[in-house]
Amino acid sequence: MSDKGVAGQSDQHAEEHADHGASKLTLGSFIGTYVFSRDHKVIGLQFLFSTLLWFLVGGLLALGIRWQLAWPWQNMPVLGNMLFSAEGGQISPEFYTTLFTMHATVMIFFVIIPILAGAFGNFLIPLMIGAEDMAFPTLNMLSYWFMWPAFILIGASFFQAPYGAGAGWTSYPPLSSVVTAAPGSESAQTFWLMGVTCVGIASMLGSVNYLTTIIQMRAPGMTMFRLPMTIWAMFITAVLQAFALPVLTAGGFMQILDRQVATGFFVPEGLMVNNGTPLSGGGQPLLWQHLFWFYSHPAVYIMILPAMGMVSDIISCFSRKPLFGYKPMVYSISGIAGLGFIVWGHHMFVSGMNPGLGMVFMTSTMLIALPSAVKTFNWMGTVWGGKVQFTTPMLFALSFVSMFIIGGLSGIFMAATPVDIFIHDTYFIVAHFHYVLFSGTAMAVFGAIYFWFPKMFGRMMNERWGKVHFFLTFLFLNGTFYLMHILGTVGFPRRLADPYHYKTFAHLQPMNQFITICAIGMVATQVIFAANFLISIFRGPKVGRNPWRANGLEWMAPSPPGHGNFDFQPIVYRGPYEYGSPEVEEDYYPQIKPPPEDTGEAEAVEHD
Amino acid sequence: MGRFWSLLFLLVPVLGVLVFVFAASPDSRPILDHWLPENINKYGYVIDDLFMFILYLTGVIFIVTGLLLFRFLWKYDASRNSEPVKYTHGSHTLEIIWSILPAVTLLFIAIFQMDAWAEHKMRRPLLENGDRKPALAQVTGRQFEWRIRYAGPDQQIGTPDDFHTVNDLHVPVDEDVVLQIQSEDVLHSFFLPNLRIKQDLVPGMRQFTWFHANRTGIFDLACAELCGWGHYKMRGRLIVESREDFEAWLAGATDEQNRTEPESAGDGDDE
Repeated sequence: MSDKGVAGQSDQHAEEHADHGASKLTLGSFIGTYVFSRDHKVIGLQFLFSTLLWFLVGGLLALGIRWQLAWPWQNMPVLGNMLFSAEGGQISPEFYTTLFTMHATVMIFFVIIPILAGAFGNFLIPLMIGAEDMAFPTLNMLSYWFMWPAFILIGASFFQAPYGAGAGWTSYPPLSSVVTAAPGSESAQTFWLMGVTCVGIASMLGSVNYLTTIIQMRAPGMTMFRLPMTIWAMFITAVLQAFALPVLTAGGFMQILDRQVATGFFVPEGLMVNNGTPLSGGGQPLLWQHLFWFYSHPAVYIMILPAMGMVSDIISCFSRKPLFGYKPMVYSISGIAGLGFIVWGHHMFVSGMNPGLGMVFMTSTMLIALPSAVKTFNWMGTVWGGKVQFTTPMLFALSFVSMFIIGGLSGIFMAATPVDIFIHDTYFIVAHFHYVLFSGTAMAVFGAIYFWFPKMFGRMMNERWGKVHFFLTFLFLNGTFYLMHILGTVGFPRRLADPYHYKTFAHLQPMNQFITICAIGMVATQVIFAANFLISIFRGPKVGRNPWRANGLEWMAPSPPGHGNFDFQPIVYRGPYEYGSPEVEEDYYPQIKPPPEDTGEAEAVEHD
Repeated sequence: MGRFWSLLFLLVPVLGVLVFVFAASPDSRPILDHWLPENINKYGYVIDDLFMFILYLTGVIFIVTGLLLFRFLWKYDASRNSEPVKYTHGSHTLEIIWSILPAVTLLFIAIFQMDAWAEHKMRRPLLENGDRKPALAQVTGRQFEWRIRYAGPDQQIGTPDDFHTVNDLHVPVDEDVVLQIQSEDVLHSFFLPNLRIKQDLVPGMRQFTWFHANRTGIFDLACAELCGWGHYKMRGRLIVESREDFEAWLAGATDEQNRTEPESAGDGDDE
């Protein structure tokens, strides 16, 4: 499916560029230019199309989970007989474990991380810093094409008979590393681990490239403190990836070795699962959790920081006002990244880890709420005293702030170790991370797509339908995720195929049915987005370089930018948030616009 | 439209708070029961109190930030606000205030929680003589059931005279109960919702958990860590009963266990 999407996108890209003077398009040059392209914009769009398709897959998997929780063991209408004819049209408990494993895997590794770093990082970094491309274009191409082995491996893992990988996206051993432990634990789990490793390679190649590009290739005058927040966020994200990923990769290989040649890193001595042969181990299951979360907690910030950066740009642009507290924003992103490396233990409060260590991790975890709070206050400070334009990207960005407050505050419950004893692994945590990742990141991504779409395709998306899409998504997402807090307060556990045979949870089924109906509505609403997106690529009204009257360098390049991005040498005189400056008539002051004659260059320097 | 969107964002704190107020209210709880399940553990109340403490604290922040966001959107809507934008790049004083206040609050929450955490996970109840109280029973998680063994007449767990049972955990009421919990195969999590107890079981590790039930009854014992396809059905029961009932049950059940073995071998009743 993704293959078609990418090809289709390349086709239309080819057409658009035909008039750019690309004289004769042979098959070889077509493949070189639009398939195995080394142009950061094409690679960014390849990431965007692939991840949006996987977003659809992940959403449908989520509906499978929701169906089971609302009407357990009932035949799923329409899809049931197609998907699970072997079980008579209903979801089996084995398949249920595969469903939530794959939902999380797809959403995290194939949607959120690559759409932020891969799609927007690639597309925006050279444009926003005034470079003609990435520092290492070939590496960049590889970072996209390393996603394909991952797509194939995870797909193979999903369709593996009898069941796909079902050890959760966290892949905790011994369930994941002992072959007799789960029905999906034969080659399905190995494929899963190899797939995740390929995503890691792709991210690693990307992050090295982003770091080098941002450090080395900024346009003249673009000092670090004149970078847009999006670029700062991408920079810090790349640092996180570069330093945290090797640990996951090492852990992943250790688990593959455990499975294939019985190295026993994560398996204790003499373990016997499901009447299988006793294993000679000498390892420790908790070791995997430490290695996994040492990457995956920073990964949580990899999944939110770029969204925060893009939201900062959008909010400042549509408040027509400078970003409130630029430097504190930069410091708080850096603070989040630094603290992000010493909070991983909060995933393991009740794991059997030394409880004394739990206290240390509780303290560091509480502190990481601080930079997030600072950012929230600064976004609100940006809106304060501005002239707010309620465009579609602005609505999505504002909802990011509004929803991130909920996701941030609910995090404090989990950070408190005694409270976490009760709500750990319940729907309270499910509510929390969906508020951060869907209501936060995914909404920011929608906003970013509406915002940068004119730059990507030279055409606008439909505003009216954009607002309908926003309104319905906003209602349904709260209907879906908010009540999960209440489920969690009752103690409703995650990952149970049928929780209603516990008398504590039996009465929660009607609420789950309501949540499922909202979830179906939320997925259905995305049809509006898909239609708007696809139709606008071909039929949207054409726009000039700067439809939003924004300041950033990317808005000075043609829409869409040709090969090499800029048709002039950008020189930067000030930061990207000079909206409403008294120095100029207009309410925006592009970064490349020279200051008025009489003030001279000396004054311009003081602007950062 | 600015008014409409501002009001939409106002709905977030308004409805958000109402949902919690309704779920927690004494009126709705007997009917809907959409709140913390009944707590029957002497050590559990502190968890509920801390939950409520954080709920009130975060609730205040939620309301204040939500109302402020609404106020700003309402007031500074471009179609109505004729004043020039406030051309400012931030405020040093405000940044310091809104860094220090949350930092102090968050550190306070962290330190405030530590005692309850230690009570739950680090300070195992003691005997009169100051020794750590021994385990009443050993609970072993296994795909997908709870295997429970009580010490036999020799008071030692792990000897041949132990009493074995599956999924039914009997404990006496009104006293500290220590359990030794472990896993035989994969990770499990020992979750007693009504006692606010949750502890992952890790193969290769022996752990202890304790509680002090203050009411008799039958309660759920759930597995809260994914342990395979049958995770959802790994359900046990916690039966809290008086000390007399408990001892009578244990004696009777042990007796039955020892008797049924020769019976099943076809020996009949020879004593």
